[in-house]
Amino acid sequence: MILTLAMRNLIHDRIRLIVTLVGILFSIVLVAVQLGVYLGAKKMIVDMIDNARGELWITTFGAKSFEEGGLILTPRERHAALATPGVNAVIPLVVSFAEWRKPGGGSTNSVLVGTNPEDGGLAPWGISGADAALMAAPDAVLVDKSYLRDLGIDGIGDTAQVEQGRVRVRGLTEGIRSFTMAPYIFTTANRARALLGMPGENSTFFLVQLQPGADIEGVRRDLKSRLTGTEVLTKPEFRDRSLDQWLYSTGAGVALIGGAILGLIVGVVIVAQTLYSSTKDHLNEFATLRALGSSSSYIIKVILVQAAMSGVIGYVLGMAIAMVVVAFSGHTALPIIMTPGLAVFLFAITLGMCAVSAVSAIVKVTKIDPAMVFSR
Amino acid sequence: MSTGSVLEAANIVKELGQGAAMVRALKGVSLSLNAGELTLLNGPSGSGKTTLLSILGCILTPTDGEVTIAGESLKGLGPEDLASLRRRHVGFIFQSYNLFPTLTAMENVLLALDVRGMKSQEARVKADMALREVGLGHRLNNYPRTMSGGEQQRVAVARALSGAPSVILADEPTAALDSENGQAVMALLAQIAKDKSRAVLAVTHDPRTHPYADRIVAIEDGRIVGDKRCNEARVNITKYDKTRKRKVHV
Repeated sequence: MILTLAMRNLIHDRIRLIVTLVGILFSIVLVAVQLGVYLGAKKMIVDMIDNARGELWITTFGAKSFEEGGLILTPRERHAALATPGVNAVIPLVVSFAEWRKPGGGSTNSVLVGTNPEDGGLAPWGISGADAALMAAPDAVLVDKSYLRDLGIDGIGDTAQVEQGRVRVRGLTEGIRSFTMAPYIFTTANRARALLGMPGENSTFFLVQLQPGADIEGVRRDLKSRLTGTEVLTKPEFRDRSLDQWLYSTGAGVALIGGAILGLIVGVVIVAQTLYSSTKDHLNEFATLRALGSSSSYIIKVILVQAAMSGVIGYVLGMAIAMVVVAFSGHTALPIIMTPGLAVFLFAITLGMCAVSAVSAIVKVTKIDPAMVFSR
Repeated sequence: MSTGSVLEAANIVKELGQGAAMVRALKGVSLSLNAGELTLLNGPSGSGKTTLLSILGCILTPTDGEVTIAGESLKGLGPEDLASLRRRHVGFIFQSYNLFPTLTAMENVLLALDVRGMKSQEARVKADMALREVGLGHRLNNYPRTMSGGEQQRVAVARALSGAPSVILADEPTAALDSENGQAVMALLAQIAKDKSRAVLAVTHDPRTHPYADRIVAIEDGRIVGDKRCNEARVNITKYDKTRKRKVHV
């Protein structure tokens, strides 16, 4: 009967129900979009690190992120790393911001990623209709489809200038987005050095692959002692450092999470207000229930079920709209991500939000004097 | 007629308000309700009827004195314990019916049983029986707004009856009804009161209800001023009203 009473109380006043649902829906969409953008940004920031095959990253001291590593690791340091027990391979990566001059005029910032796919370290993924070996072709670069317009080109075969050299687009990737809004341009390590005008074989990072069974902490200690002036980071450490640089130091992450919290607060206020007024309207009925001998917990359950029902309906509607927004964002520079984990989290916080909203109504109802049934 | 006391109130004092605004609503009321009896509680406005009803119904606790219902004392009980006593021993009928407008007649009765912890099929059977007992077998799925005042009050009677309480307390059960429906509800209460396991107390101003009573208790200024069996009631009520210089229709 608790379910029946709660449901009837809800649908008794349809206008109020609509206001409640709009409040929850608005809140859910806002929180879903904010957290979805946050997840999307996070994915973009760490995608390169996650897709690289290697247990340890050797970086210049103080390298803040994948995009800001400098170009000062020398072949001598690479050989020292290779000589460390437990190390199987040390793969050089060249990464730097570079100016992309559009064929039609103008220029834009890009991130040049020099990597040799045959090394088995970092290779571009999501290449449509071909593989990373395309990069071996003369002047070849690979770019992501979503940045064609930003780069001022139409597709494969187009040419442009990167820093000091001419390049030709030999392949297109799909789904490799950049949080910095500077598109990733894939090429070989040597061509990257040449384009950047860097002599010799300096690198930005060394990706270290360990021998099977090697103790990762032990190898790291060894590498640190051999390579002064560098840092040796595990994959999770490098991820955290990149996230810290782009999401937290820039304030972008705080803004997104702040927006999500704001959405929650708006939801709590709207739901609390409507639940409270609904409870006030049904106060005489709750007093009757109390006079009939119901416990406080029975009445509290009615209010909580009412709140939960609003939450579930609002969640379903809110998620439907959020999924449409997610679908539309798929081809933009900042895709919104909706994961099963985020969907479950949103459901939990919706119920939590409704439970918090019910507090004022519960306080009101626990102060009911059942004797008021005689004064009507 | 009666088979023993199911509710005992001894020297009940009830003070309402505080300080200078404090009012002594009941000034040492003693009353026992016997199973198998319909007792009417009469008195003018402000005489303490509703306060007494609230205390007998375990809604309020007395400032002084003791109430025992089905052998259980109210002394020292908190709000939740009082609710538990009401659940187990008291059925209420209200002047304005106090039905849940969003629930059908059946659901209104089921809700009272659900509060008592009775679930599903057993509750459904009991609610059905109670509604049929008050002549509403054909209105089970009707909402209160589609029923007449008399029918709504009969749903309230079924709701009070369904939990098989030791005491049924009715607050002006006929006040919102026309004469015909009022008579029907009183006849129903008189019939319910014949059950030897329960007592029925009705607060009423309506003299047309007197013929249904087994006993009439009069209260004034927080004191019991008359308490007679029905064959004596007419005399005593007359006497009572003479002191107030009123015409009496009995």
